[in-house]
Amino acid sequence: MDPILTKHVREPNAFTLDFYLQHQGYDGLRKALTMKPDEVVELVRASGLRGRGGAGFPTGMKWQFVDRKSEKPRYIACNADESEPGTFKDHLLMERNPHLLIEGCAIACYAIGAKIAYIYIRGEFLHVQRVLEAAIDEAYPRGFLGKGVLGSGFDCDVFVHRGAGAYEAGEETALLESLEGKRAQPRNKPPFPAVVGLYGAPTAVNNVETLANVPLIVLNGAEWYAGLGPEKNGGPKLYCVSGHVKRPGVYEASMTITLRELIEGRAGGVRDGRTLKAIIPGGSSVPILLPNQLDTQASYDGIQKAGSLLGSAGIVALDDTTCMVWLAENLVHFYRHESCGKCTPCREGTDWLYKILQKIERGEGQMRDLDLLSSISANIAGKTLCAFGDAAVTPVLTTLQHFRHEYEAHIKEGRCTLPADWRGRRSVAAH
Amino acid sequence: MTFHPDMAYGATFHKSARQLEPGMKDGVPFEYTAENRARFDEIVTRYPPDCRRSAVLPALYLAQYQEGYITASAMRYVAALLEMTPADVEDVVSFYTMFYTKPVGKFVLQVCRTLSCALNGAERVTEDLQTKLGIRPGQTDPSGTFTLVEVECLGACDRAPVVMVNDAWHECLKPEDAAKLVDDLRARGEAALSGCYHVVEDKRTG
Repeated sequence: MDPILTKHVREPNAFTLDFYLQHQGYDGLRKALTMKPDEVVELVRASGLRGRGGAGFPTGMKWQFVDRKSEKPRYIACNADESEPGTFKDHLLMERNPHLLIEGCAIACYAIGAKIAYIYIRGEFLHVQRVLEAAIDEAYPRGFLGKGVLGSGFDCDVFVHRGAGAYEAGEETALLESLEGKRAQPRNKPPFPAVVGLYGAPTAVNNVETLANVPLIVLNGAEWYAGLGPEKNGGPKLYCVSGHVKRPGVYEASMTITLRELIEGRAGGVRDGRTLKAIIPGGSSVPILLPNQLDTQASYDGIQKAGSLLGSAGIVALDDTTCMVWLAENLVHFYRHESCGKCTPCREGTDWLYKILQKIERGEGQMRDLDLLSSISANIAGKTLCAFGDAAVTPVLTTLQHFRHEYEAHIKEGRCTLPADWRGRRSVAAH
Repeated sequence: MTFHPDMAYGATFHKSARQLEPGMKDGVPFEYTAENRARFDEIVTRYPPDCRRSAVLPALYLAQYQEGYITASAMRYVAALLEMTPADVEDVVSFYTMFYTKPVGKFVLQVCRTLSCALNGAERVTEDLQTKLGIRPGQTDPSGTFTLVEVECLGACDRAPVVMVNDAWHECLKPEDAAKLVDDLRARGEAALSGCYHVVEDKRTG
């Protein structure tokens, strides 16, 4: 499959409105406005588009759930708080193809009967936000946004809202809290945002890449879209490959592609003549896969069958120098820092996990610590308001499952037994 | 307070327990400049009239860009503008890591420390910057020029390791070049930074 979403990203003017208009820009919106809103929702449902943020929930269904009977205004909230470690696809998309997202927002608003879309972008992406805001400013005077879009009776505003450094703001209800001017902490569900969302009004929260797919579907049809990939995994997909590979980057492919083709083909394989030790296939929150699973199809269903999740498609390749205890410590440090603090098991538990991992990594661990890690993890997972708790314990459980011998070696030897390597380690002495 | 007898932790282990600086400079009155006030007035129109509170993050950014950090006076000022209580504003400020409640250096060096950057030498970057500046993460050097911070995933794992300097990015930093970056920043300011995709790609292809 030739790239669709990222076809022009390397061209110097790809982010300008003129360039976009020369490449079927806003034709999807023009076509959508000739349809009834419900027909647009039905089209997206029929295409099988699944949310690109991580959960893979069917977008059309999410839109169908939006409460039409409510007297309140409806909203689109675009999740551009891309913060999952290993994920950087929305970054590229917004920076190089911002009008595609804006068009997607406008079509989504039309489909669910909203007049405003807020793009919640993480605070660290100020350079991306400037590109996006410049693109929005270009779109208004040409009638793609504003009152009476393209001469129709449909009004649509798109605003960019800047976050301020909180991973948890990427959780859909925490995003809405943050957008309402509060701490980014999740709400109890149900009610789901489609019924009670932003300002208590029905809201659809969609990822950047998800909305960027919408103009393509409207323009080319549901059948075309579904046919781009395996059954129930249609459309183009952006994969982020990073870690110990020769050519890290964003690669667009049909979900028929395998992890091997992505890591060994597109990304050039493991660098420095090393061998692959493990793969994180969907951002830091998903279980690890092993090299003998490289031929797994990198689709939502394919990766799930292999025992992990496609998540946000943040693929991190780890070579044989990577210490798995260090890896768990690094990621749990992340979750400990980012836990929003609302639920006790997650707030307290991530700190406990981190301290124990630090102890083992320092060479002061005891065998009973391994059971403690499992027991604390079991008391966090499934016992929190949002999926963060489950995500936070995954790096611990998955490394314990596949690399328990490394934990045991740390404890027995009182140190890491892998050759020290600058790429992953503090200086040899400190390690 | 601790929930576990064997798990004592400091008062500031979690951001929900983060305290604002004691004796924080709050005697100095705060007010937006005319320009910032105009920007604030525009920003507020993006949200429904009865949901002014939504503008708290942008309003705090304006205060931070004006003063360098967020003072207690600024929080009270923002609270009054948005019809919030000062406590609600403080609640927000203390939660989000991008708001500073004490003065920071002219350049805030934010080294991404999460997995993909760490696999590519982020720990070395931090170590070299520490040695070069003689400070530890979280500290500002005596001249007030540099503050060193370790931050979590910045979302540019393919350009690892990444350092964010104030709001600008420096990608593909080689660990051994970290110390040189300090000298370059002193000499050329933010022009020393590689920037993001746009700039980097344009430099490479152009």
